[in-house]
Amino acid sequence: MIPLTGDLPDKEAILPDVPGMGAELPGVEVTEAGEAGGIGGLGRVIWRVFSENKLALVSIGVIVFMLLFCFVGPHFYVTPQANFVVTSVGQVLAPPSSQHLLGTDPNGYDTVGRLMVGGATALEIALLAAGIATIFGVFFGAISGYAGGAVDAVMMRIVDTVLSVPTLFLLIVIAAILHTSFWLIVFIVALAAWLVPARLIRGETLTLRTREYVQAVRAMGGGGSRIVARHIIPNAVGTIIVNATFQIADAIGLLAALGFLGFGVPAPGTSWGQMLSDGISYAQEGAWWLIYPAGICIILVTVSFNYIGDALRDAFEVRLQRR
Amino acid sequence: MIGYLIRRVFQAIIVIIGVCAITFILYHLFPGGATSEARIILGPRATPPQIALFLSQNGLNKPIWTQFFILVGHVFTFNLGYSYKLNEPVATIVLQKLPKTVLLLGLSTLLTVIIAIPLGIFQVLRRNRPSDYALTTLSFIFYATPTFFLGIVLIQVFAIHWHLFPPEAPQSASVGQILGDWRALVLPVFTLAAVYIAGFSRYMRSSMMEALTEDYVRTARAKGLSTRRVNYVHALRNALIPIITLLGLTLPAIVSGALITESVFNYPGMGLAFFNAAINNDFPLLIGTVVVAAMATVVGSLLADILYAVLDPRIRYV
Repeated sequence: MIPLTGDLPDKEAILPDVPGMGAELPGVEVTEAGEAGGIGGLGRVIWRVFSENKLALVSIGVIVFMLLFCFVGPHFYVTPQANFVVTSVGQVLAPPSSQHLLGTDPNGYDTVGRLMVGGATALEIALLAAGIATIFGVFFGAISGYAGGAVDAVMMRIVDTVLSVPTLFLLIVIAAILHTSFWLIVFIVALAAWLVPARLIRGETLTLRTREYVQAVRAMGGGGSRIVARHIIPNAVGTIIVNATFQIADAIGLLAALGFLGFGVPAPGTSWGQMLSDGISYAQEGAWWLIYPAGICIILVTVSFNYIGDALRDAFEVRLQRR
Repeated sequence: MIGYLIRRVFQAIIVIIGVCAITFILYHLFPGGATSEARIILGPRATPPQIALFLSQNGLNKPIWTQFFILVGHVFTFNLGYSYKLNEPVATIVLQKLPKTVLLLGLSTLLTVIIAIPLGIFQVLRRNRPSDYALTTLSFIFYATPTFFLGIVLIQVFAIHWHLFPPEAPQSASVGQILGDWRALVLPVFTLAAVYIAGFSRYMRSSMMEALTEDYVRTARAKGLSTRRVNYVHALRNALIPIITLLGLTLPAIVSGALITESVFNYPGMGLAFFNAAINNDFPLLIGTVVVAAMATVVGSLLADILYAVLDPRIRYV
């Protein structure tokens, strides 16, 4: 998980177009926050900056389409082999036709139907895992940062330790020891995903806890848990949302890798990664429809969540500058 | 510098003990505890005396804290247990496979650095022009492509369709022979590197962009240095420093990527051994490999941090 540092719009704005011209002057940072200054609430400012990013808007469209495709699609797309419960042994590995838009797989399942079912599983697991991991990571990080001292040191060494074990290795050992099921995979993906939010929120907390309003709450007798839950976490919400978006993208990739290596939901369920791994040997004999659609779905969803995360970060950065 | 080194090594040792704790938890994750672990390893027909012997041989009947300290001792003395499936000590298997994985990782990291850094610089110099946008889109796509999917596509296109490279990695026994079979190495190395080329070039682009806004760059321009000199001597050298930290941070992910790449291309390294162990329920090898992968990562990030401190004097005094 590389921190994919996006564009730095403010820095770019002050950079001269021709290198070496030295046109920038100190203090003349023309940021979008400046022009948006007088208009409406923060939500509107965030949305304005966000919606300027056309790629992010397209990405939202892709995600909405994928959600509809995976969760609503199965109610409308009914083939003779009704999605994935019924197979037809007579029609195995059929190439795309008007009856089966993307052909059938070696079990006689319709590939489009499998894509819907596999996508629903992948998205459910990724969203659940990212959600659980973000909530846990946020509280872990906030408590660690707020408590400080020995508690902080111990909690952060735990994060360091888990971070230093290559994710896939750890997850596969757990999956091999305990038998895979839907919730175990959610747990496993979440186990990899809570570390980054924990670190980020700890960093935020370290700066937020010195703010005046936190000191004011403390002076009025507010306890630590109230400060963390009511004041620190709500003020770190930008960081949390941006990171959660990236966590979803990473979770989809990780889930696909796990599925590819054979640690996925039990049959007859499937996920995009599992479809890919099941299709490889047939694809080498020409059944391209077994791997490319699933692979493209994974890439599309991952790219979209990454673009949305990038745009959200820019939007929230503007909010921070306005403060 | 010495103080920083000692502190950093001390931290690494704590993390390794933490890794031991994780390993310990893994061993105790078996539903049913040590007896069922013995049963999985010895097989369903093992007699109670055989199980008792296994437990006492492996110290599994000792108090839990004693077991933990024995494990820590074993890890620090590289005693990783015994693979009953392959009938060999885990350490022997690891020593056989590790150099091959290190070769794969080394070549991929080298390729990443060689391609990503110039690419990032090129994008900064051409920023907000079509070539910059095209490369940005390309790097986002490569970043989002799962390693195994890229591997499959590359095999389809370059091995099966065009017959340019073999579809399988070199199967030779020694590292030298693997290097000699360079044509078979091209696809695995590129597959593993692609994600990181994408990520690192994005990072390099931001880092270089940030360096160009620094005061010392303005000073250098003001005193009349050529653009080339400002870009490559003043900005680039500072922009490269964060890349080293990134390299250290990325190490665990690259090692995970090697697991996938090795299983896609059947590359005879540690990742493939691990994958086979997972399929065969070879738990001692499985957990031993995790320990080695984690240790390698800890040592790798330690080296990256030391290099960072050598290159950037500011770090040493923090």
